[in-house]
Amino acid sequence: MTTIQNVSRRGFLKGVVTTGAFVLSVRYLPESLHAEGLPGNAKIDHSTFHPNIFVGIESDGTVHIIAHRSEMGTTSRTSVPLILADELEADWKRVRLEQALGDERYGSQNTDGSHSIREFFEPMRQAGATARLMLTQAAANQWKVSPDECKAELHTIVHAATGQRLGYGELAAAAAKLPVPKVEDLKFKPKSAWRYIGKGSASYDLPQVVTGKAVYGMDARMDGMVYASIERPPVVGGKVKSFDDKEALKVAGVKQTVSVEPFEGPWGFQPLGGVAVIANNTWAAFQGRKKLQVEWENGPNASYNSDQYKKELQEKSRASAKVVRNQGDVDAGFSGGGKIIEADYYVPHLAHAAMEPLVAVADFRNGKVTAWAPTQNPQAVQETVAKAVGITKDDVMCHVTLLGGGFGRKSKPDYVAEAAILSKKVGRPVKVVWTREDDIRFDFYHSVAAVYMKSAVDAAGKPTAWLQRTVFPPILSMNNPKEDHAADFELGMGMTDVPFDIPNLRVENGAANAHIRIGWLRSVSNIYHAFAVQTFADELAHAAKRDPVDFMLELIGPARVVDMAGVANPNYGGKYDQYPNDTGRLRNVLQIAAEKSGWGKKKFAKGSGMGIAVHRSFLTYVANVVEVQVSDDGTIRIPRVETVVDAGLITNPETARSQFEGAAVFGTSIALSGSITATGGAVDQSNFNNYPVARMKEAPLHTNVHLVESDAPPAGIGEPGVPPFIPALCNAIFAATGKRVRELPLSKMKLV
Amino acid sequence: MVKLKVNGKDHSFDGDPTMPLLWFLRDELALTGTKFGCGMSLCGACTVHKDGVAVRSCVTPMSAVDGVEITTVEGLGGNGLHAVQKAWMQLNVPQCGYCQSGQMMQAASLLKTKKNPTDDDIDAAMSGNICRCGTYQRIRAAVKAAAREMA
Repeated sequence: MTTIQNVSRRGFLKGVVTTGAFVLSVRYLPESLHAEGLPGNAKIDHSTFHPNIFVGIESDGTVHIIAHRSEMGTTSRTSVPLILADELEADWKRVRLEQALGDERYGSQNTDGSHSIREFFEPMRQAGATARLMLTQAAANQWKVSPDECKAELHTIVHAATGQRLGYGELAAAAAKLPVPKVEDLKFKPKSAWRYIGKGSASYDLPQVVTGKAVYGMDARMDGMVYASIERPPVVGGKVKSFDDKEALKVAGVKQTVSVEPFEGPWGFQPLGGVAVIANNTWAAFQGRKKLQVEWENGPNASYNSDQYKKELQEKSRASAKVVRNQGDVDAGFSGGGKIIEADYYVPHLAHAAMEPLVAVADFRNGKVTAWAPTQNPQAVQETVAKAVGITKDDVMCHVTLLGGGFGRKSKPDYVAEAAILSKKVGRPVKVVWTREDDIRFDFYHSVAAVYMKSAVDAAGKPTAWLQRTVFPPILSMNNPKEDHAADFELGMGMTDVPFDIPNLRVENGAANAHIRIGWLRSVSNIYHAFAVQTFADELAHAAKRDPVDFMLELIGPARVVDMAGVANPNYGGKYDQYPNDTGRLRNVLQIAAEKSGWGKKKFAKGSGMGIAVHRSFLTYVANVVEVQVSDDGTIRIPRVETVVDAGLITNPETARSQFEGAAVFGTSIALSGSITATGGAVDQSNFNNYPVARMKEAPLHTNVHLVESDAPPAGIGEPGVPPFIPALCNAIFAATGKRVRELPLSKMKLV
Repeated sequence: MVKLKVNGKDHSFDGDPTMPLLWFLRDELALTGTKFGCGMSLCGACTVHKDGVAVRSCVTPMSAVDGVEITTVEGLGGNGLHAVQKAWMQLNVPQCGYCQSGQMMQAASLLKTKKNPTDDDIDAAMSGNICRCGTYQRIRAAVKAAAREMA
């Protein structure tokens, strides 16, 4: 639902546009939130509408569009305003983007869950069309003609009969005085007239990025600020027993040390606590911190050892658990005399390791906080900071910088709260800089998971009964440490939404408690679910001596909408009639991937091979074919990847391609080397030496991305490329070596 | 007292001589195009040129830059854009962009010694620079495009 108002005289864009500019606000009520119950998700007031998108036009023709989504590399900040600019028939070269502050009037600003375009496509078009219609009316009034005789053409209204033209800037003041047309009276541009949607544009920030002028969180400065580095409890829930800062205070440039209280209750997004060293520059803060002597009270999570935990998860994954989807009679299917195939899969904890370590600047002054932060969720910053320093969230002003990567970590603003707490204590603006070691040791980790798969197959190898059971510590343990079962949204990521055409099918979820902070990482539970399901399907295909593509097509079955009756179906917040789980589209991407890769036609030497996988996530259908070479010393090379994507209507194809190229590299990191372990509750890894991520020489050499032309509603781009890549790679390794990969990462497996 | 040139300008420093160049550039000179990524010469985000050669500023102490000329991404193109910056733009290399200053500085250094780098040359020179967004394929293409532009 959208309401658009003319707010030219109400000062909404004060400081951005000059007085007299034409300003529209779009009041939009988001229909969906992608994850229930997370701290910091915008609370939508369903009784009123909140303005969340603004466009302003200056008398010089400059169009200001507020970008309310965060930019971490997916071009959300560019592509969402691009839709408005298109419908406005604006010249993109004359558009200026202004980054929004955190403000609940925008609705959810949480740039997470691959939903920026999906959620804001229609409101952006409505806002653009409204402004265009009002500018047209203003010109028609001036010319004393019917607006139907006038037309918008690249920042100008034209009267065809007389050849008169007026620029948007010339019309802005008059348009600002007009009433706003009703949404139902808007006329949208036909698809054939789209200038930017489907054609795209480079990132608005590209010139600043390549010249080093772009401002990331790490680059934010405030007058008079000091620098802080925090020694945090190595075990979550730990506390400082005592500390000695004598040597730390002797370091040149160190000003003081400050205690940060540990969190109380569920950890949520709260800071971990610890001891901060405050200094004149970052280096002095780091050096002073090294000299701190801290004795810790580790608390109950000190018993956490990930090796032991792995065994526990695997045992649980072999025992019956909570049924979360059930059709037919799986037990009867298993006892029906067919061949039984079963397998266990395991994925360890993962860290986000964005290139920009966590960082924030905050100034606490007169009961208010001003913060600059690379955040995916500025409203969560407001809420978390407010709670941390005892003020209301409306008194927290959060400026959003560019993000040096996010991948879900920067939705969780513990690091911004640290800066605010310290600023309140030292009475000056404070910049908290996390080292890479902090970034890896104090993450909200991607959940470790054990997945058990079992199938009964008939004489032809076709599954007649199918069980998949997933066990992992859930994300919502952050709100309730006792929470041990997965949320619907986690199970809806590749478990309960399994699209296979099998008469007897059951999905189960076992209990697991969290002992380190669990969060979401790019593509979330889809990572381990797609790995298990798509690898198991490949195992069954080989067991049946069938071609994996033919086998998978049979498993998916005919084109249809997957029947989710009686099953919790969060569907990434998308309405199921608008975004059905359409097996026709799933089959289509699989078939195109097979065709593009020369599947079944190409001959491979020993040590080389091809693997395939297909998965729907974030409402997008993706198939991957990965070609792999495993050399005699076990080195893995990935010469080629074919990625086929059906994401519905794609606004910015060029940057969408980038996302899928990048997803293959992100998937390579997870598959090859991603592993976080913990001993005595403390994370063992600390930097890129012991938490390696893919480098150029390990990354796929050529990733070819094929975007399916579609008029279906826009779906996700940032995340859905990761899940199918990993099983496709592992299936390729099986084809190349005969070694079946059931546990990640590959670095722990002997391939030759 | 350490005296050095940064992007053609004279600077001096009389603080902790063990402080890495990275923090002098970022905290003292506010040249924030050079990024902090790991602090251990593992990721390359902090790459600058020391007398024309790529070095990791996060492990280069101030004591080692006395009398040298440092170039950062802000000074890479002189008054315009360097060929690698143009190629990076043309091929839309950056995603989040945070590592790209270091990537471009490394690539510019490579192209000084290898006018026409092969894939193996590029792998060898660029594998010390991590890009977590995974833009390697475009980086490789952009290095080649810059080489053509400079030929």
